Amino acid sequence: MANTAVADPDSGLSQAQLAQRYGLRVAGERPPLAEYTRKLWAYRHFMTAYSRAKVASSFSQTQLGQLWQVLTPVTNAAVYFLIFGLILNQHRNVSNFIAYLCTGVFIFMFTQTAVTNGTSAITSNLGLIRALQFPRAALPITVTLVQLQQLLMSMVVLAGIVLLTGEPITFRWVLIVPTLLLQTVFNIGLTMIMARIGAKVTDLKQVMPFVMRTWLYASGVLYPVALFRQHLPPWAATILEGNPALVYIELARHALLESNRQNLVSPPTQLWLLGIAWAVLVGVGGFIYFWRGEEEYGRG
Amino acid sequence: MADQTQPAGSTAVTDQGRVPTVVVDDVHVVYRIHKGATGGTSPVSALKRIVSRTNAPNITEVHAVKGVSFTAYQGEAIGLIGSNGSGKSTLLRAIAGLLPVDRGAVYTMGQPSLLGVNAALLNDLSGERNVVLGCLAMGMAPEEVKRLAPEIIEFSGINERGDFASLPMRTYSSGMGARLRFAIAAAKKHDVLLIDEALATGDRKFRRRSEQRVRELRESAGTVFLVSHSLSSIVDTCERTIWLESGVLRMDGPTEEVIAAYENQP
Repeated sequence: MANTAVADPDSGLSQAQLAQRYGLRVAGERPPLAEYTRKLWAYRHFMTAYSRAKVASSFSQTQLGQLWQVLTPVTNAAVYFLIFGLILNQHRNVSNFIAYLCTGVFIFMFTQTAVTNGTSAITSNLGLIRALQFPRAALPITVTLVQLQQLLMSMVVLAGIVLLTGEPITFRWVLIVPTLLLQTVFNIGLTMIMARIGAKVTDLKQVMPFVMRTWLYASGVLYPVALFRQHLPPWAATILEGNPALVYIELARHALLESNRQNLVSPPTQLWLLGIAWAVLVGVGGFIYFWRGEEEYGRG
Repeated sequence: MADQTQPAGSTAVTDQGRVPTVVVDDVHVVYRIHKGATGGTSPVSALKRIVSRTNAPNITEVHAVKGVSFTAYQGEAIGLIGSNGSGKSTLLRAIAGLLPVDRGAVYTMGQPSLLGVNAALLNDLSGERNVVLGCLAMGMAPEEVKRLAPEIIEFSGINERGDFASLPMRTYSSGMGARLRFAIAAAKKHDVLLIDEALATGDRKFRRRSEQRVRELRESAGTVFLVSHSLSSIVDTCERTIWLESGVLRMDGPTEEVIAAYENQP
């Protein structure tokens, strides 16, 4: 309307032509995948600092503070042992049930918390998203990094439990490193998928606990994995044995538990192949899926 | 300004060598607001809507910005005025690329930064840590952050009454929080800085300091947008003002003229 004071130097040009002439870009445009990845890499310091800050602040209102990082997994293991080890007496076929159970619980918790927190990765950071422009993928990655730090604490606890229950230290223990690495990549991808869906379907957060509990029961955490073959038709058992959570749990058991070597759900080579396939598929797929929604986040 | 070099290929007669930083072209912004599951909808139909991706009948559309066009240039400070709900903050968000435009387009140079009162920082963490995080989130390198952090805390003045920088931000007064946020955002050189009421919360001393900072940002060829209900701070910092009313651009011109018209409206 009244453009009185501003003498237009580029008179005769439309607004869009003017913008093009001076190389202006459409605000909030989604960059191509390669550039997006580069930008994300440039934000790696932000992601590590943010996840460390989140860990530090998560217990800042408690009296015991960071000690809860150790106490939470220990308490968890104790509860599950009480119910499934003592009351329900599930450990008929497993020689070292406590260590077997704890490995499953800790590895599964890593995926579980990453996914449930990932569902709200966008919705709980709207303030940050609406204030600053940065690759949004930094948020789900941060969620996973926070959980990874918790997991490393749990792993220290787990090492203690495993040793106390009489397992020997073997050089196969180093296999836990690639296992967790693969699981982290898998979790990042899954968190990104959940973050994008959760940003649109806000009801998802209410549903997730039930989905995760079903997944928990399907992952052979609380009982011997051999039960699948014994009680299910072969095709159903085969599907369940390809379940990524189960694959990573079994890989961790393979690495840490000497006594459980004969009871793996499938041969180690097959587990490794499945683990790598899941990590690549979900990691890359989740990243692309999240990137395609980049412009939508934080709006509405 | 008139003797600046012309951009290459520019032959327009009245060219003053001014480089546009923000071009807003007939922008419409529509908010869609979920009112929750009211209107007697069953869970089944809600699920059906999620699956079929149709909008619920209880979504209200608010047409917040209706066809605004203008061009902002390097070194300009532009005030945005208008009554509450006139679409000022919405327009800023659209310029920052944080809200989708329904029709039209916003073109910007570089990445505009929006500085609002509610810019998120972690309340459980100390001010120092928030400074580091905020700077990293703006894309600074860690060494740069290390160098700038003491200056930022100094500028914000939060340490004037004891060592507040090491205390969690939830212990800050709202004015202190706003000052720290402004100090963080102002530490970076922005091509386009959008300030939404952020200066209003500080005390007088801080307001003067931040107005000085806004002037510096403009001199380094940035463009500053300022939304404020305090007309005096617009008069002090901006020479151009845009008046929005009900999402429509009412007037765009030199601050004195626009403010005069704004104050004389019935």
